[in-house]
Amino acid sequence: MKYLVKNGRVIDPANKIDAKVDILISEGKIEKIDKDLEENCDKIIDAEGKIIAPGLVDMHTHLREPGREDKETIRSGAHSAVRGGFTTVTCMPNTDPPIDNLQVISLVKDIIRKDALCNVAIVGAITIGREGKKIVDISAMKKAGIVAISDDGSSVEDKALMSAALKSAAVNGILVIDHCEETRLSASGVINKGFMSTKMGLRGISADSEYEMVKRDIELAATARAAIHIAHVSCKESVDIIRKAKRSGVKVTAETAPHYFSLTDECCVTYDTNTKMNPPLRSKEDVDALKKGLSDGTIDAIATDHAPHTDSEKDVEFDYAPFGIIGLETALSLSIMELVDKKILSWSELIEKMSTNPAKILGLGAQGLKKGAVADIVIIDPNKEYVYKKEGIESKSQNSPFIGWTLKGGATHVFVGGRLVMDDGVIKA
Amino acid sequence: MNKKFAWTRKDLLGLEYLSAEEIEFILYTAGSFKEVTTRQIKKVPALRGKTVVNLFYEPSTRTRASFELAAKRLSADVLNIAAESSSVKKGETLIDTGKNIEALKVDLIVVRHNCSGAPNILARAVSSSVVNAGDGWHEHPTQALLDMFTLKEKLGRIEGLNVSIIGDIAHSRVARSNIWGLTKLGAKVTVCAPGMLIPEGIEKMGVKATTDLEEALEGADAINVLRMQFERDVAVAFPSKFEYLKNYGITTERLAKCKKEIVVMHPGPINRGIEMSSEVADGKNSVILEQVTNGIAVRMAVLYLVSMANDNRKTNTKASLGA
Repeated sequence: MKYLVKNGRVIDPANKIDAKVDILISEGKIEKIDKDLEENCDKIIDAEGKIIAPGLVDMHTHLREPGREDKETIRSGAHSAVRGGFTTVTCMPNTDPPIDNLQVISLVKDIIRKDALCNVAIVGAITIGREGKKIVDISAMKKAGIVAISDDGSSVEDKALMSAALKSAAVNGILVIDHCEETRLSASGVINKGFMSTKMGLRGISADSEYEMVKRDIELAATARAAIHIAHVSCKESVDIIRKAKRSGVKVTAETAPHYFSLTDECCVTYDTNTKMNPPLRSKEDVDALKKGLSDGTIDAIATDHAPHTDSEKDVEFDYAPFGIIGLETALSLSIMELVDKKILSWSELIEKMSTNPAKILGLGAQGLKKGAVADIVIIDPNKEYVYKKEGIESKSQNSPFIGWTLKGGATHVFVGGRLVMDDGVIKA
Repeated sequence: MNKKFAWTRKDLLGLEYLSAEEIEFILYTAGSFKEVTTRQIKKVPALRGKTVVNLFYEPSTRTRASFELAAKRLSADVLNIAAESSSVKKGETLIDTGKNIEALKVDLIVVRHNCSGAPNILARAVSSSVVNAGDGWHEHPTQALLDMFTLKEKLGRIEGLNVSIIGDIAHSRVARSNIWGLTKLGAKVTVCAPGMLIPEGIEKMGVKATTDLEEALEGADAINVLRMQFERDVAVAFPSKFEYLKNYGITTERLAKCKKEIVVMHPGPINRGIEMSSEVADGKNSVILEQVTNGIAVRMAVLYLVSMANDNRKTNTKASLGA
């Protein structure tokens, strides 16, 4: 199939493009990218008033398969990703069984090949069973195709073991994605520690439970000369620590998630369990610090931490509900509303945080929008307004605090490998 | 007090959510019911034909008994359900349990739960009235209402009083409900505890926080002394009972330096010799047993008001639907 995308504003920071040019897609690749293209093709997409960007890349996705297919499958998660404008997601290894050996990697790869509408990169565990006791065979897993290692959901509490893992990661040239949480400090908390936890009578999760671990692991990574990526940064102290480390030359990158810059812990006031996530929603001060970190480059990427849970798991007491919310289908809208509209980031910077940088950090070898590159492309309508409703959600789960919100901006068309998988909002399975 | 005030809430989830006027109205209504509880025949037909379920996820003797008596004195039928401490363990969720109770055509659910916010979640799921009988560390609104009722009886007013709440503020729903209620009615509230037991940001609830007991006692018109639960959360923060009594226990010596008419309250059950000496608990300033008596009148008022409001709400909905 041959497609011509016309009249849109093409933005690709990797190739330093921000211009009104047309793109010709053929045989899975970008055949031409130039002004006023006229070609014979199967379909012309008029992108007048829209933005054309390299497909979004989510560095932090929980797809739940194998093990919890009632929450999400690789198929439904990939559909959800496409709806949100993503052409690549990563599957975190906290599945059941966890992705900690070659057999599970091979199983997951098979499912991806068979079921996934978009690209799915695999993240392996740091320790066997994610138990924090024994390091996985990093070298073999890397050969099998994982793009990073992470025990996401927990930190590797044993400092010596984490140090060894980072050293091994450095030798193997693989990224470590780090969930930073000192559980002795987070102490079974369920929301941010502060006025809201006091008022609501809930156990608090202090900011130091995050940033003490950020500090520890950045130091370990610096010594090991490993590349470390701090997952879901939520508090201002972490931003400060990462900024300082970057200045001193440590190979550290960082992400935050849309909910951390869109909401504060005040949203928890009704005990809605869809406001319960780990790390927790923090204060206004933290939100401001995250925005500053995004704008000055301290935070490299916006990732969803898409964490599906079923209604029956979430419809319980706040203390008993699992942590996490889905995010693939709202990430782009929230980022447009909170960052672009509020002049925290330019459009080009937003694309950088949601596509270019995550692809680069994960070493995906994405070439962006240029002649010959694989056609992973998203077309964004920056102005469309819509009410985010339960009914239209592609994910198998609906655990989102944004349901009922009027959101602005979103993906209309998505190409994965030159295949038009979403056409004017309609997903083609 | 505006006696024509119209109560409209179907639930009582916490005092945080109420206005000063609503709190005053409950206390005023409780006054009329207190008169009932002193009669030879202690029963009125206000809730005849209604069913009240006490749904208790946490063991409780006094609160459950008080609610049961309150409901019975209003002529309601009462059912007590002691649920497992964890609904998750039991296999049925709180919401399912609530809906099942509602299917039994129950009008009011009085819920005690170890998780903060459980009554809020339950109230959203059912159309029966929900009354919070204590949830986690969050609120215990009827306890605070009976404390305020007692205080008003003793001192004639709440506004302008200096009230100190002493003890484990961090883990106390009684403290939180008292703070909301008292500050809304214009009292000056001080909370006093060892540093580890004063939760972050408590001042934003409109109180002064201090670790110095003398400061909390000086000029106080009333003190509310909380139970120290050494068997539970306090242990980590404050390991020694003896040290607590030494630094924070209310003794006759300490009381002697206070205002002569100081009102001493305690939500019970008392740990004699830990947060309060026996002499103080049984002394002339103590109103602890009067609090227990007043609890029935206050709970009668609450059950009556939320039940009436829910009836009106249902009638109005029907009317607006043309039924």
